[in-house]
Amino acid sequence: MTYARRALAVARKDVAVERRSKETLNALVFFSLLLLFVFQITLGADRDRLAAVLPGVLWLGFVLSALLALGRTFLVEREHDCWEGLLLAPGDKSAIYLGKLASNLVLMTVVEALVLGLFVIFFDIDIRRALPGLFIVVALGTFGLATVGTLFAAMTANVRAREVLFPVLLLPVQVPVLLATVKATEALLLGEPLGAVAHWLKLLAAADVIYLVVSVLTFDVILEG
Amino acid sequence: MTSDSVICTRGVRKVFGLVRVLDGVDLDVHDGEIVALLGANGAGKTTLLKILATLTRPTRGTARVAGHDVSREAEAVRRVIGVVAHGAWVYDDLTARENLKFWATLGGLDTRADDVMAALAGVGLERAADTRVRTFSAGMKRRLSLARAMLARPRVLLLDEPFAGLDQRGKKWLEGRLEALKAAGAAMLLVTHSFGRELGVADRLAVLAGGRIALDTPRGTLTADDVQRLYAAHTEETE
Repeated sequence: MTYARRALAVARKDVAVERRSKETLNALVFFSLLLLFVFQITLGADRDRLAAVLPGVLWLGFVLSALLALGRTFLVEREHDCWEGLLLAPGDKSAIYLGKLASNLVLMTVVEALVLGLFVIFFDIDIRRALPGLFIVVALGTFGLATVGTLFAAMTANVRAREVLFPVLLLPVQVPVLLATVKATEALLLGEPLGAVAHWLKLLAAADVIYLVVSVLTFDVILEG
Repeated sequence: MTSDSVICTRGVRKVFGLVRVLDGVDLDVHDGEIVALLGANGAGKTTLLKILATLTRPTRGTARVAGHDVSREAEAVRRVIGVVAHGAWVYDDLTARENLKFWATLGGLDTRADDVMAALAGVGLERAADTRVRTFSAGMKRRLSLARAMLARPRVLLLDEPFAGLDQRGKKWLEGRLEALKAAGAAMLLVTHSFGRELGVADRLAVLAGGRIALDTPRGTLTADDVQRLYAAHTEETE
């Protein structure tokens, strides 16, 4: 019970700090708009070309926003001089990890909902039929991205070249997740049923479970290291 | 280690790369005692404090807090210490009350709303309980930091420059708080590099120079000038 309360306290604290400061959210909204603007200019109104690249472009938007959001996960603690306080908190440190993961998921969900909405408007596409399936793919993909991203954010928080190191470490590990999400999104946007992408969903779910278990088990060592 | 020493270090050495910051520190602090640890900038005061707080490990030697080894029993040490560090360890976008509630929950304390308010009242911040810390002065942040450190009623308090940033009134107030904690039996190691009024609350003075405790003496009736002379004599010998 205490474990869950501690995790919840970290998540609530992060959400409250972000809700009040809006530091990361404002940057991400602006970044997403900029990204969509660039894509819109580059891709133009060619529907065929758009259909071919849309899944990749959509996930590129998600991943780039996630890199910015996740990279700041533990910088907030450093900026407030609270890193050492977290270290000294008695009890299982993985509760801190789960709290950070939860707050990252909240932030990423808000940004992804915004990006997806803007995609629909900017590129004039109809995703209503694909939406339920897309929701599952995005949820599983976001979870996979956030689990490892939160862990690596802690790993690189004290490194000088963290802005470079963080994506360099994260993206190779995310290959299974990115592959599965892009392929599944492509199929769903082409009108295929959810059953047709079941193998990708299984891969995503398996990756999510592995990432989560490894992250929970190793977080203490990484934080103390 | 004397039988009643709560903090005990023996031969503590800490090396960063080629730099030997601590080179055999022997120090004891007892229950209900305040020891002021003096030293020049870079003498290793904060490093020693970080070792005792389990934030870094000694390269060699042993350090025990309340009988627990800081390297092997860090978790047990963390349950008996309170730390007031350079940084306040508070979030600017949370209120004072929210900050304390967060640290209490994270520390696994079963703290009720009344306990949080009592902690804030204890440092004179009850009227600012629902004000965001962003608007606090340095002194108010220091008070909040002290309230956070005392939430779990720790047996050992490690204080790094606790008087820094406080005005005269704040310093007087902090002296009173430290005296009260001492009377309650807490052991305190107070790191400082000034010879100001913080020495007034100390029972013993220890001077860290050349990586070792160059002087360890009861404060007794020593005046600030006496301390300064002793400090100069011992640091010149070792530097």
